[in-house]
Amino acid sequence: MSVASTERVAATERAAPFLSLAGVSKRLGATQALRGIDLEARADELLVVLGPTGAGKTTLLRTIAGLEVPDTGTVRMAGRDVTGLDPAARDVALVFQNFSLYPRWSVRRNLEFPLRAPGRNLPEAEIRRRIDWAAEILKITRFLDRDASRLSGGEMQRVAIGRAIVRRPRLFLMDEPLTNLDAKLREALRVELVELRRALATPMVFVTHDQAEALSMADRIVVLSEGRILQTGTPREIYERPVSPVVALQLGQPAINLVPVRRQGGAWCALDGTPLVPAADASGPAERLLGVRPEDIRPEARETDGPPLGGGQAGPGEALVRVVEYIGPTTTLLCDWAGAHVHIVIPRRGSLRPGDRLRPRIDAARAILFDLDPAQARGVPVPARLLTEPPSPLLPSPGGTA
Amino acid sequence: MSFLVLNALEKTYPDGTRAVRGIDLAIQPGELIVLLGPSGCGKTTTLRMIAGLELATGGSIRLGGDDVTLLRPSRRDVGMVFQFYALYPHLTVRQNIGFPLRAAGLAPAEIAARVEAVAARMDLARLLARYPRQLSGGDQQKVSLARAIVRRPAVYLMDEPLGTLDADQRLAMRELIRAEQLASRVTTIYVTHDQEEAMSLADRIVVMEGGRIRQVGTPAEVYDHPADLFVARFVGSPGMNLIPGELHPGVGPGASASSGRDPDREPGRDAGPFFTARQGRVPLGGPIPPGARAVGRATLGIRCEHVHEDPRGSILGTVVTEEYLGNASNLHLETAVGRLIMRTDGASRRERGATLRLRLDPGQVSLFDATTEQRL
Repeated sequence: MSVASTERVAATERAAPFLSLAGVSKRLGATQALRGIDLEARADELLVVLGPTGAGKTTLLRTIAGLEVPDTGTVRMAGRDVTGLDPAARDVALVFQNFSLYPRWSVRRNLEFPLRAPGRNLPEAEIRRRIDWAAEILKITRFLDRDASRLSGGEMQRVAIGRAIVRRPRLFLMDEPLTNLDAKLREALRVELVELRRALATPMVFVTHDQAEALSMADRIVVLSEGRILQTGTPREIYERPVSPVVALQLGQPAINLVPVRRQGGAWCALDGTPLVPAADASGPAERLLGVRPEDIRPEARETDGPPLGGGQAGPGEALVRVVEYIGPTTTLLCDWAGAHVHIVIPRRGSLRPGDRLRPRIDAARAILFDLDPAQARGVPVPARLLTEPPSPLLPSPGGTA
Repeated sequence: MSFLVLNALEKTYPDGTRAVRGIDLAIQPGELIVLLGPSGCGKTTTLRMIAGLELATGGSIRLGGDDVTLLRPSRRDVGMVFQFYALYPHLTVRQNIGFPLRAAGLAPAEIAARVEAVAARMDLARLLARYPRQLSGGDQQKVSLARAIVRRPAVYLMDEPLGTLDADQRLAMRELIRAEQLASRVTTIYVTHDQEEAMSLADRIVVMEGGRIRQVGTPAEVYDHPADLFVARFVGSPGMNLIPGELHPGVGPGASASSGRDPDREPGRDAGPFFTARQGRVPLGGPIPPGARAVGRATLGIRCEHVHEDPRGSILGTVVTEEYLGNASNLHLETAVGRLIMRTDGASRRERGATLRLRLDPGQVSLFDATTEQRL
């Protein structure tokens, strides 16, 4: 995607925060939707707000847009307090999940609409120029005279994005714009949006519940849960060093393995006694939660003559392969290991089959030990099921009644 | 002997829409077959014809040796699973699992026996008296699967059953279905548009498009050796890198002299076949397929994990965008042969604008006829 003419932001200005929120709280009916949000988006970055349904993502976006007025706190843009300003005066563009085009209007008329808003008074030539420019970037030139209702979902979303960019706003706000599209299209638009935003050098706040979108698109991610920010950082920082099990579970597919461990004889051991990683020192709490990404476990020392599924008993320290999922460049194994169900991702399809036995080894340098207490003190309790049972129970259970 | 056989199966609706245009498929007992394709490809219509919910307008369906093409749904021993609906909160686990059997009018003793059997197999026996709210999320999913499969028909037919679940639930449920199917080995036909779901579940994948079968094969066959450009694009995330260009069967030792110092040149390889696109040239490892020699114009396909950084590689790439995925990164590169995606381990960050030398693993190259779009 190429952009013909773009006003480049000076390098110094790019690093400064364009948008900053301080202490923003908002109550919606009985729900405390936002609880003291402090957040900055730089002048040339794509900031992704990641969180599950009900985390407060949309309220946060609407507050930035001026569609909601915060109960407390301030919203600043380019150094100016805009907390009390109405949406039109903020010069931001919003794109929603559900396209929100006028179905009986042509694509061109839909694109023109924001430019013909009262008070804009743009010359006709300028309107035409901007629409041609946006249509070319988004590859919708050949649809310009078609009714919006005759477009596919992907084409509609391109038009919705086009309607946002023709305005040349100072800030893009995107509320799950790719969620309703099919997988192939999402994949393509993800990259297109990143490259478009970069070419326009305009900051963007992008809200999603999709961890793959967050990791792949963000310059920085804000992890939101129950109206609070749990962590802010680059995708790599948050993926590799999550501050809590709750954050760790938000990123990565399959999810991080979380295993309760106890310090025993110089190692952190699973509750069945299997040593998992070395314990560096003997101070601090003796019980913690070990987080291991599925790709940080090596399935070493394989027994080739493993018994069939459900019929075998893994020896001490051994893992029994339950499910082998081949998904192209990687293969995901679901194993019973150390009293837990553990996911292991290996680079390429091997000859592993259900019933095989492994002796897995954890890359200790990449494992994460979570304190249980601070997480709870911050009001973010580890979901109970993670402490009492593995995340994805399987049948038949190891040594069960099958 | 095949267990379920579709022979020249067709469905044309009264308005003339040809939803299914001649499907031939033989399914072995105990297989898990996934019908994969975009919306409108005919996969759901095919499934509904097997279920008897739609009548075929041509061809036949044989199940266990009997022609069932015109039988009513209730006369075919098939069980349709639409979605793993939420459990009834006011019913116990036992009542939830037994619900489809009660609806089918089975005797209470028979219902009890079947519920006990499935609960024992799925390790739910200790939970039968509980209510859904007293169960963990994982156990709730197990119960919903148990309810879906308690009928034990000869064939399960599943139509996008994970459609409404969120990503984590889908993954867990996928594993449950696979484990249960491996344990029970009931023949299963599963419809989805999600290629990752298909890859992870299937014994064999049937890729459909436009009412026709494009390819039937194991996940590895479909992924590594796509039958045509449609399959190459549709399967895999991202789809295969596809480079339109020209195929050269190799013209002798002097062939590469014009391009100056060729990093790929090794003794004995000069005469080998190669592929050109725009300003770039890709050496091809082994002999090209017999049918490809006369082709000329062709499309070269390579998966992103078979594009490697190699100081001796012949293609220069510039990083345009990095898609970080946690356990890997997809680098989008601008090269002399066009845009390519390369998969890396994700541990080290690549700056935009960085240049690297690339090698396309010659053993992993797919070639397609530019006109017919078929694999060469």
